[in-house]
Amino acid sequence: MYELMAKIRAFEEQVNELYVTRRMPGLAHLYVGEEAVAVGVCQALRREDYITSTHRGHGHCLAKGARVDRMFCELLGKAEGYCRGKGGSMHIADPDSGNLGANAIVGGSAGIAAGAALSAKMRGTDQVAVCFFGEGALGQGIVYEAMNMAALWKLPVIYVCENNLYNEYTHYRETTAGDILARPRAFGIPAEEVDGQDVRQVLAAARRAVARARRGEGASFLLCNTYRFYGHHVGDVDRSYYRSKEEEEWWKRERDPLRILRSWMVQAGLAEEAEFERIEQAVREEVLAGVAYALQAPYPDPSEVSQHVYA
Amino acid sequence: MSTPSLSVGSDARAGVREITMAQAIREALAEEMRRDPRVFLLGEDVAEAGHPFKVLSGLVQEFGPERVLDTPISEAGFVGIAVGAAMTGMRPVVDIMFGDFLTLAMDQIANQAAKVCYMSGGKLRVPLVVRTTLGATRRSAAQHSQSLHAWFSHIPGLKVALPATPYDAKGLLKTAIRDDNPVLFFEDKMMYQVKGPVPEEEYTIPFGVADIKRPGRHVTLVATSSMVYVALDAARILAQEGIEAEVVDPRTTVPLDVETLVQSARKTGRVIVIDEGYRRYGVTAEIAAVIAEEAFYDLEAPVRRLGAMDVPVPFSPVLEDETVPTPEQVAAVARELCGRA
Repeated sequence: MYELMAKIRAFEEQVNELYVTRRMPGLAHLYVGEEAVAVGVCQALRREDYITSTHRGHGHCLAKGARVDRMFCELLGKAEGYCRGKGGSMHIADPDSGNLGANAIVGGSAGIAAGAALSAKMRGTDQVAVCFFGEGALGQGIVYEAMNMAALWKLPVIYVCENNLYNEYTHYRETTAGDILARPRAFGIPAEEVDGQDVRQVLAAARRAVARARRGEGASFLLCNTYRFYGHHVGDVDRSYYRSKEEEEWWKRERDPLRILRSWMVQAGLAEEAEFERIEQAVREEVLAGVAYALQAPYPDPSEVSQHVYA
Repeated sequence: MSTPSLSVGSDARAGVREITMAQAIREALAEEMRRDPRVFLLGEDVAEAGHPFKVLSGLVQEFGPERVLDTPISEAGFVGIAVGAAMTGMRPVVDIMFGDFLTLAMDQIANQAAKVCYMSGGKLRVPLVVRTTLGATRRSAAQHSQSLHAWFSHIPGLKVALPATPYDAKGLLKTAIRDDNPVLFFEDKMMYQVKGPVPEEEYTIPFGVADIKRPGRHVTLVATSSMVYVALDAARILAQEGIEAEVVDPRTTVPLDVETLVQSARKTGRVIVIDEGYRRYGVTAEIAAVIAEEAFYDLEAPVRRLGAMDVPVPFSPVLEDETVPTPEQVAAVARELCGRA
């Protein structure tokens, strides 16, 4: 798990670098700081289980099994990208690893995940579907419409709310009335709150939810409290009007999910510092090789522009 | 509807039983559900209630509540669920009771279903059918009467079918269900009881193939959905005056059979396009433009358009009837085009 979290961290730092040096087009919403949520949840899943992701989706894609080089190809609009360069950062989909796609509409995948769960149930598989969404999606009606049906029909879907505190540039307390957990509970959906910076807590909760879904007992809701170390997107550099430097530094210093796992493992005598250095070196090399590969990879032929509009 | 039974166009043949459009749709759904276990239905009141227009009566008895799912009144939610199910190996047919309620599911149709295939570079597909209604003249006022098919014809990634006869409805619906793309299937709620010949044996109608509902040589009436009946009535009026109108039904606006439309325009040199969507920026505008682009030098007169008035559909019968094109209006425009006004 540490390796996967470190890989997401290194990947995202590289994405930031690509943007800062103007080598990457479009928008990028970095997942740095939230790694434990994607990794903890996806560790509880099998490859054939489904996820739907958000516009801050790189971490989910990697955690579910996407390759670094093909993701960079997609981010750069290259032909070998997961979507042949047609989706980009906000739409990476990889059905081979159960990833039904990142979604740039906040809350847009709440129904899709429930539909994948309904499909699994109708086809008689024991697959589950995880819907990742940010706390900003709590303002979207479709989230509640889908939860209502997921509860009524006992669908094997897990709603994972990543509360990173900010709906873009606005603190969630200014946008979200009442108690978040009371919302799924009103539908009869069991809901738990976990420390989203502690991957072991996330994994344990995700395992409970997955087991429940596979037993045919229906939907669950996980509220994962987390924090994005960067801004809403890479261009969001001046954040002083909505959050303080002190707040950011406190989270980075005290609540870094990589450090939390690392210090626990060292204290428990499960690993030595040198091992983490070795892992970080390895993922850094993988990321650098991936980005180098993608930078040289060919763009799609312009004639592809009109392909795939229809199946 | 002045024509309770219709034997025209490609479905005209002797000795074939006549059934209603509602029955034809039900047969198409039942046959496809028997053929393919991945096909299932969901929507509001689709099971025991059998849909407000009774189009789906009996299906839950045959296929069970696992395949005919009553949903809450949650258009965005259940269309989204259908999109997810379609992406993962099922072939859902969603019922949106009134076309006006498509607005509630717009993100799921236009941003999700329409774009999944393209955004994934062709790796994901959405074999989804959204059945819904269009058409005014039921005295249902502004939120139960709109014809919004132009909206969906505008979005790449969607296909749009507009059957006018029981024969077309059955054949097009079976094609829609077998298509790997999202299809918006618009049924005129005034036509469910219209009867027409439908063969017992299996058939499908390919998308993008217009049907000549009545041949003629002086003027082409391109008409969709219930406007086919308006055009046919106009053609009967005109025939008494020696004007032979050709009635062409595109049957699908996406894909659009440009070739057949242009051929007819070249043959007659005069075209009127009639559609029940709002006239402004509508299907009639697209078809008129295509014909003008492709057949300009064969035209004897500018292409004319008739559509619903650009007003919210009013309740009062006297007012509502004003909003929809009539055979008399079509005939009057045809006379003008033919120099007989």
